[in-house]
Amino acid sequence: MMQLRVQIVTVLVGLVLLGLIFQLIRKNRLLERYVILWIASTGLLLAVAIWKQLMEKFAQFIGIYYPPSALFVLAIFCGMAIILHFSVVISQLTKQNHKLAQEVALLQADLKNLEAKLYKK
Amino acid sequence: MKKRADILAIVPALNEEKAIGHVIKEIKTLDVPIDVVVIDDGSDDCTADAAQKTGTTVLSLPYNLGIGGAVQTGFQYAVQHGYQKAVQVDGDGQHIPKEIPLLLQAMDNQNVDVVIGSRFLGKGDFVSSAPRRMGIRIFQGVNSLFLKQKITDNTSGFRAYNQRAIAFLAEYYPHDYPEPESVILLKKNGFTMTEIPVHMRQREHGQSSISAFRAVYYMIKVLLAIFVGMFKKQIKR
Repeated sequence: MMQLRVQIVTVLVGLVLLGLIFQLIRKNRLLERYVILWIASTGLLLAVAIWKQLMEKFAQFIGIYYPPSALFVLAIFCGMAIILHFSVVISQLTKQNHKLAQEVALLQADLKNLEAKLYKK
Repeated sequence: MKKRADILAIVPALNEEKAIGHVIKEIKTLDVPIDVVVIDDGSDDCTADAAQKTGTTVLSLPYNLGIGGAVQTGFQYAVQHGYQKAVQVDGDGQHIPKEIPLLLQAMDNQNVDVVIGSRFLGKGDFVSSAPRRMGIRIFQGVNSLFLKQKITDNTSGFRAYNQRAIAFLAEYYPHDYPEPESVILLKKNGFTMTEIPVHMRQREHGQSSISAFRAVYYMIKVLLAIFVGMFKKQIKR
């Protein structure tokens, strides 16, 4: 009975998450490239929550006695993968951001130089 | 400013309005002809104005990038204007501009890409606490282990680079702990380096970015950065 309840809750949460993701895409607040990760992990979670045998197989495989706990483990794994991905994205953004700032500083100096030349004549 | 020399002094500065003017003046009165570029790393005070007053080119970063990002901007400027050598001199006055020619001479005489001015080689007027000395020892040990060359002062920011090194660093200068990381990076990518003994002054104004308690934490982070650096792939050029 408890097991069924966990399944239901997980399915509900998964569906709400999916709905939220679609809503964000529709409003153009989420880039497509980040959608794949979210949909894949939500889909995986839903699949395992609905398909009981899969959940039990997975639980057995990673050595969990109480199969529904496997859902949490899976959710945590997905969360970690997404967070790691974000760290990569942030690193990339930081690099680009630095490059941009440096470019601005160099261009500004060039501009000042040009202005000085212009007004001298 | 017009390019007058083949050597560029890269002076990163963060909130050094009191010290910067003096540093620039000292560099400009050297016998060696040398251009100066100051990189204002998003200072809150009038560092940029103070530098500009001396007739120096100032690159003003729109926000603080940290010392690594600032120095790299200097390398990019050097590449853009075709400088053959660059000397990195801190804007806080701790490095002694009179010793710049020593760095440059060592580069020519020993035919290396990079020359580092070391506080811990010989001259011995550097006083520091016991834990700090231990930290320095650890750095030296780790460096010798990885580099197969003794580098005594890998946190020194008083350095000279040749054109090859400048071009490389304009592209790949590390941002988090640039001094120790760049030693590893350069070595790994086939650049040669040497150290010469220099003096360093106690800071004229402001406070060092490293306080006593944070030193240990800083060391752990730098060591981690060095280890990570060792595992990085060689950059294909």
